[in-house]
Amino acid sequence: MSAAATTIAHEVPPQAGPRAFLHRLRQGDEIAHLITLTFAALILLLTSMLVYELWRNSHLSRSAFGWAFFWTKVWDPNFDNFGAAPFIYGTLVTSAVALVLAVPLGLASAIFLSELAPRNISDVISFLIDLLAAVPSVIYGLLGIFIVVPLMRTTLGPLLINTVGNLPYVGALFRGPNYGVGFLTAGIVLAIMVVPFIISVSREVLLTVPREQREAAMALGATRWESTWQVVVPWARTGIMGSVFLALARALGETMAVTMVIGNAAAIKASLLAPGDTIASTIANQFTEATGDLYLSSLIELGLVLFLITFILNGLARILIVATERGGGRPA
Amino acid sequence: MKKALLVVWLMMLTMALTGPRAAAQGGAIKLNAAGATFPTPIYTKWFDVYHTAHPNVEINYQSIGSGGGIRQLQSGTVDFGASDGPMSDDQLSQSKFKILHFPTVLGAVVPTYNIVGVTGDLNFTQKALAGIYLGSIAKWNDPEIAKANPGVNLPSSDIVVVHRSDGSGTSYIFTDFLSKVSDDWKNKVGKANTSVNWPVGLGGKGNEGVTGLVKQTPNSIGYIELIYAIQNKIPYGNVQNAAGKFVKADLASVTAAAAADAKSIPDDFRVSITNAAGPKVYPISSFTWLLIPAQIQDAAKRDAIKDFLKWMLTEGQKYNEGLSYAQLPKEVIVRETKAISLIQ
Amino acid sequence: MSSPRIIWRKSLNFVMLTLTGVAAFAVVSVLFLILGYLIWNGGTSLSWNFFTQLPKPVGETGGGMANAIVGSLKLLFLAAVMGLPVGLLAGVYLAEFGGKTFSFIVRYTTDLLNGVPSIVIGIFAYSLVVLPVKHFSALAGGVALGIMVIPITVRSTEEFLRAVPGNMREAAMALGASKWKTIATVVLPAASGGILTGMLLALARVAGETAPLLFTAFGNRFWSQGWGQPIASLPVMIYTYAVAPYDDWHRQAWAAGLVLLALVLLSNLGARFILARSKAV
Repeated sequence: MSAAATTIAHEVPPQAGPRAFLHRLRQGDEIAHLITLTFAALILLLTSMLVYELWRNSHLSRSAFGWAFFWTKVWDPNFDNFGAAPFIYGTLVTSAVALVLAVPLGLASAIFLSELAPRNISDVISFLIDLLAAVPSVIYGLLGIFIVVPLMRTTLGPLLINTVGNLPYVGALFRGPNYGVGFLTAGIVLAIMVVPFIISVSREVLLTVPREQREAAMALGATRWESTWQVVVPWARTGIMGSVFLALARALGETMAVTMVIGNAAAIKASLLAPGDTIASTIANQFTEATGDLYLSSLIELGLVLFLITFILNGLARILIVATERGGGRPA
Repeated sequence: MKKALLVVWLMMLTMALTGPRAAAQGGAIKLNAAGATFPTPIYTKWFDVYHTAHPNVEINYQSIGSGGGIRQLQSGTVDFGASDGPMSDDQLSQSKFKILHFPTVLGAVVPTYNIVGVTGDLNFTQKALAGIYLGSIAKWNDPEIAKANPGVNLPSSDIVVVHRSDGSGTSYIFTDFLSKVSDDWKNKVGKANTSVNWPVGLGGKGNEGVTGLVKQTPNSIGYIELIYAIQNKIPYGNVQNAAGKFVKADLASVTAAAAADAKSIPDDFRVSITNAAGPKVYPISSFTWLLIPAQIQDAAKRDAIKDFLKWMLTEGQKYNEGLSYAQLPKEVIVRETKAISLIQ
Repeated sequence: MSSPRIIWRKSLNFVMLTLTGVAAFAVVSVLFLILGYLIWNGGTSLSWNFFTQLPKPVGETGGGMANAIVGSLKLLFLAAVMGLPVGLLAGVYLAEFGGKTFSFIVRYTTDLLNGVPSIVIGIFAYSLVVLPVKHFSALAGGVALGIMVIPITVRSTEEFLRAVPGNMREAAMALGASKWKTIATVVLPAASGGILTGMLLALARVAGETAPLLFTAFGNRFWSQGWGQPIASLPVMIYTYAVAPYDDWHRQAWAAGLVLLALVLLSNLGARFILARSKAV
């Protein structure tokens, strides 16, 4: 801080008149504003170009199928009949499972690492968790095949079917033939893949919460947990939500790992133990081999559909945030 | 901070200059090729051996899939392509330039299974395979399977069907076979394709995925490439051929499939040899092709490609068996050698 | 003072805090399981050859992934150079300058961009950089990865800039600093730890991406000069080798996974070290 102060002191030039000074000051700021604005706008430009390309290259299938693309359950490259319904379902289900598993686990771990663990241990563990983000999805897929799938088929699946599967409504989620591959397995693998994002970002954000907040809560007699849950976490709420957005986005777009453990059946089933497929996995699986313009166009339209889903989900999530806004957030 | 920048700059410089070890001194001919995954091992072997013999020619082959190979060839981003299925008439007519097909090796698709209590080879009739993959034959002790395997104790469990989740030449060959031997299949699922709307079953990614699923899942069946089965010592069944005999896939029976119809192979070599006639023929066999543009502007590249093709048809074939690929029959080699002169 | 309410609060405190410990333990165990598996499977295949030799065809021993290691480094470098500045400056804009609606649109769009499957980004980069010049290149791969780096960088930059307390800014301004000077010399350094985390996380993520490289960087069994040629990379090699029928290639794939992780680890360490040095004034 002192270094910054001295630099600033030297930067302020001798006055040539208050007007000129203000003008120069504003100019520097104007340029900075303009530069950063340009880069922010660049993101908009890139995304628009992306959407445009998706739109343009999918026009064959859009004109062939129209809105029916959304609810057609068939995906048949031989008879040129393509529909996105099973993949939309698969994408939503696997992402939901992934978040349901990853968010509590991730947030809890982040709280532990930022509040309870000694700082150096926390740093080391966090560092290692960051590494998990670098593991290629192919390897996650292989690990899924070698570890999670057998586990699901022999142990976890039957356990779920026999316990939760017998409950009235929830039970429908855990029925039927159990192959080891399926929505639940894919969701678990996805959860492992996205949990590092949640932990990493949430932990950093929690660490930035000013000490005074915690101390104030303690001074009022709160237990450690109460101070954490009712004061610290809400303060860091936007950052944590941000990490959840990151996780959601990763889950929606993940291809390799999912495709190796989801069973790849283009079907809509109620049971989480059933095989299915997602949009990203279908595109990745079939794009390189697809020949035939309508086929290609349909695959690209799938990409467009995923974009739409992301759009809607992000919107819903944001509405949710605004709706649950109570006090306690960090002043913007 | 300045030190860091210097380090970064130095790294950038070294990385940009990296690789002078390659034959970068003028005269290096770099060719890029893309396509089928099935022949990747033998292609990489060939290109490597050829490079050792001709150090100034670098052929960089990447297996991005047959469809990808065809598309990249048509976009002009690669010098030649490779595909497990021949290009269709439609594709050829849509192409901006003429493309020639050159068969390189033969491969086969075999049925692998994991049945509780069953060891040893099973016989599969054509109807049985089609029925299993259509879903009309649902249990292992179905009469269609049982009658071809007298004395084998087949369980009454449901068959877990495994197919490929990713588009692939292996699926192309398999569905080609199924559409030829079963009208039901042809009507319901359609013709040969790298990806179809599978009536039943789970999908595994790549041969590895299918094998993994079959190994792990009791009472399952899947189809994989022959080399994969051989290299990983995976048990596979015998398939009934057009002559009614149950043949186990091996290099000899696969080459027989190509030799059987050798005379009727069209001049452009685009032919399907599944379900070929003959008692010793393995019915789920196929060529895999290199796709070469008929006109190549760059003289150096053209000569390199032509020379490689000649080499491939003579020296190259010697490496096939070592990697469990079947050799091209002599008649086909002779005709291909003549066809090389079509490349201008 | 042990009224029931206090007992409840105290027990809740104990239970919840223990649960967080359990969660962290679970995650860390999974982490160690994955790392252990990788080290076990990959470590045994590491050799001097792996780091120095070009890939050899199957059946020949002594092949390595030297070109893929260098390739991944080059691609990550390109991704960093192209994507990180965009992410950083856009994040600065959102945190410091942005108007309400425009910022909202930018944030929303960034989240959308993050959700695009990597293969679609690869296809996009393909039509942008590969098709016009009709050949694959390291540059195209860098563009694809660079695009993917942006969203995470933007989010973390904005988040951690906002976390800098207002009084720091006010103090700087009170000393006469202009807005951008404040940002550059006070706010950014204060937020640098978090921002760097975000950047490293973004780079770590793209380091392991395969799909976007298939149509852009393509892959190369030989050395690649400069930035305009197809180039090998570790994820693509892993993918190619993992789905092949050969045990030797499988082992090399695991080894490559391990090397990739090690690369990311080293870059992380290096970057943090540089940051610490530059801050220790």
